[in-house]
Amino acid sequence: MTAEQIAKLIIQTDTAPATEAVKVRCTGAWTVQGIAQLERQLKDMVWPVAADLEIDSSAISALDTSGAWLLHRTVRALEQQGRSVRIIGLRPEFGSLLELVSARAGFAGNTTHPKDGLLETIGRQAWQSLENVSGMLVFVGESSIALLRTIVQPRRIRWRTILHNIQSAGFEALPIVGLLSFLMGVVIAYQGADQLQRIGANIYIADLVGLTMLRELSPLLTAIIVAGRSGSAYAAQIGTMKVTEEIDALRTIGVAPQELLVLPKMLALVIALPLLTVYADLTGVLGGMIMASSKLDVSFVVFIDRFGDAVKLSSFLTGIVKAPVFAAIIALVGCYQGFQVTGSADSVGRQTTLSVVHAIFLVIVADALFSVVFNWLRI
Amino acid sequence: MEQHNSNAVIDVRQLHTCYGKAVVHDNVSLAVRPGEIFSLVGGSGCGKSTLLRAIIMLLQPVSGSIRVFGQEVIGLSDERALDLRRRWGVMFERGALFSSLTVAENVAMVLREHTQLSARLIDEVVALKIALTGLPATAGSKYPSELSGGMRKRAALARAIALDPELLFLDEPTAGLDPLSASGIDELVRNLRDALGLTIMMVTHDLDLLWQTADRVGVLDGGRILGVGTMEELSQSEHPVIREYFYGTRGRSAREQAWKKK
Repeated sequence: MTAEQIAKLIIQTDTAPATEAVKVRCTGAWTVQGIAQLERQLKDMVWPVAADLEIDSSAISALDTSGAWLLHRTVRALEQQGRSVRIIGLRPEFGSLLELVSARAGFAGNTTHPKDGLLETIGRQAWQSLENVSGMLVFVGESSIALLRTIVQPRRIRWRTILHNIQSAGFEALPIVGLLSFLMGVVIAYQGADQLQRIGANIYIADLVGLTMLRELSPLLTAIIVAGRSGSAYAAQIGTMKVTEEIDALRTIGVAPQELLVLPKMLALVIALPLLTVYADLTGVLGGMIMASSKLDVSFVVFIDRFGDAVKLSSFLTGIVKAPVFAAIIALVGCYQGFQVTGSADSVGRQTTLSVVHAIFLVIVADALFSVVFNWLRI
Repeated sequence: MEQHNSNAVIDVRQLHTCYGKAVVHDNVSLAVRPGEIFSLVGGSGCGKSTLLRAIIMLLQPVSGSIRVFGQEVIGLSDERALDLRRRWGVMFERGALFSSLTVAENVAMVLREHTQLSARLIDEVVALKIALTGLPATAGSKYPSELSGGMRKRAALARAIALDPELLFLDEPTAGLDPLSASGIDELVRNLRDALGLTIMMVTHDLDLLWQTADRVGVLDGGRILGVGTMEELSQSEHPVIREYFYGTRGRSAREQAWKKK
């Protein structure tokens, strides 16, 4: 930036006799790029005591709205101190710009967003949490009504959408679920091997892997993976549809968004998640078996023989029974958070995060409740 | 024809653009003079917006030359491009305001990014820009999703003029607005040009806007420029597509209105 491009304001005190107006010379480009330095100088500028100021602006080479605003602001501040200020030599086109800026300055208001206090923030957060709970309840209610309506009129069930969702949420999740469950089986067998070897109870590795995988880990693991994979996708999809007003469009066409968007997803997950869990059971036990044969010298045949004795059908079923409940939680939370999106791209991101966090939280809470109930029923 | 018009703000020569195999522009040339409001018109899908995107360096043409302020923009380095981008403002068809920022923050962001002004001065300049576009002062603290369509356009305009550009690109400034808001935008565009000495290039379907504001108009059809001239000149044109454009029912009523105003 050359010297001419920088805005300057020079107070010429030396030449002026005490009786006359003090001359102030403005030079350079008073533009948004040129006034940064001047603005800092103006803040600490010591103005002469004289009551009359004459601003000679004939040497201003360029003026834009930001520069005009700075000039206007300076003049106004001086006038408020009780001085009279005259601007001379301003080029006509700059003059009209300055007039425009002064005229519009009156309309310019405070543009900063009001900040909330601590108490207000706490209150707002608490209220939001309450609203969230009641909103979720309303949503579950609406979804149930939609479900009942489709049960009464089965032709309203959208099989094609359900199948599509089963493919994307179930079939396409097979590799990741299988891999993670396999690794989990390996890890459990590996951790258990040391302890069992110490007391010479190698064969009980089948009990350990079988019961932990079938009863607890594979339903939970599968639900968490699906919440991260599909629950977030539901929230993002419905959220974006909300932003682009597609949800409103559905309503005007006379299609309940719940029926088109929520039910197929929920039904698809309720079907897909138990199947995925069975698959996770298989790969998890396979992982345990491989570890058992390599670390504890328990061969596949011996392992499976023991497995049949140790793991009852009820253990398998307690795991599978949880899966549809987890599925409903994931689908409902994902869709609900999608519907909570308001207008902005930011909001889509926030609600998608919430959908995963809330879904995993609720899945684990439900799992704990299941444990309590099963314990009570002695299963 | 080969020589560049050194006076023109935008000078497009023999431009060819393609989307895949579809040819969008076939030998398009036009020049925008300083201080004028130049408007591109044409049917949907004729490549108006594509031409605009090529000029503002969002799209790479196949061949040809585009000069803005005498600077060739095709194949420009990022650093040189930044200097050029600071000298123009763009208003997108749907506003493209950042939805996570308030209107004031949207405008302030441009100033913070490209100037060293203090936070206080930035706030004041932002408030001024918002007032310049005719928005009420309360609009500054609102989020784009809380604004009506017309207000959003004005807010987008406020952001486009944040750096006091010499050149302003408007993509469909009145699309999706009611006639009242649209005529407000007509007036705003003209006032901004007069007050800030801008050169404006816009893309529009809006015949009212054309009659009220445009100094010169270029008609684009089938990837070619059919004619360039003032609205009066074009309405005398014998070309069938141009005639249809100006002498359809909507074209006629817009023209009558423009004459009435005069």
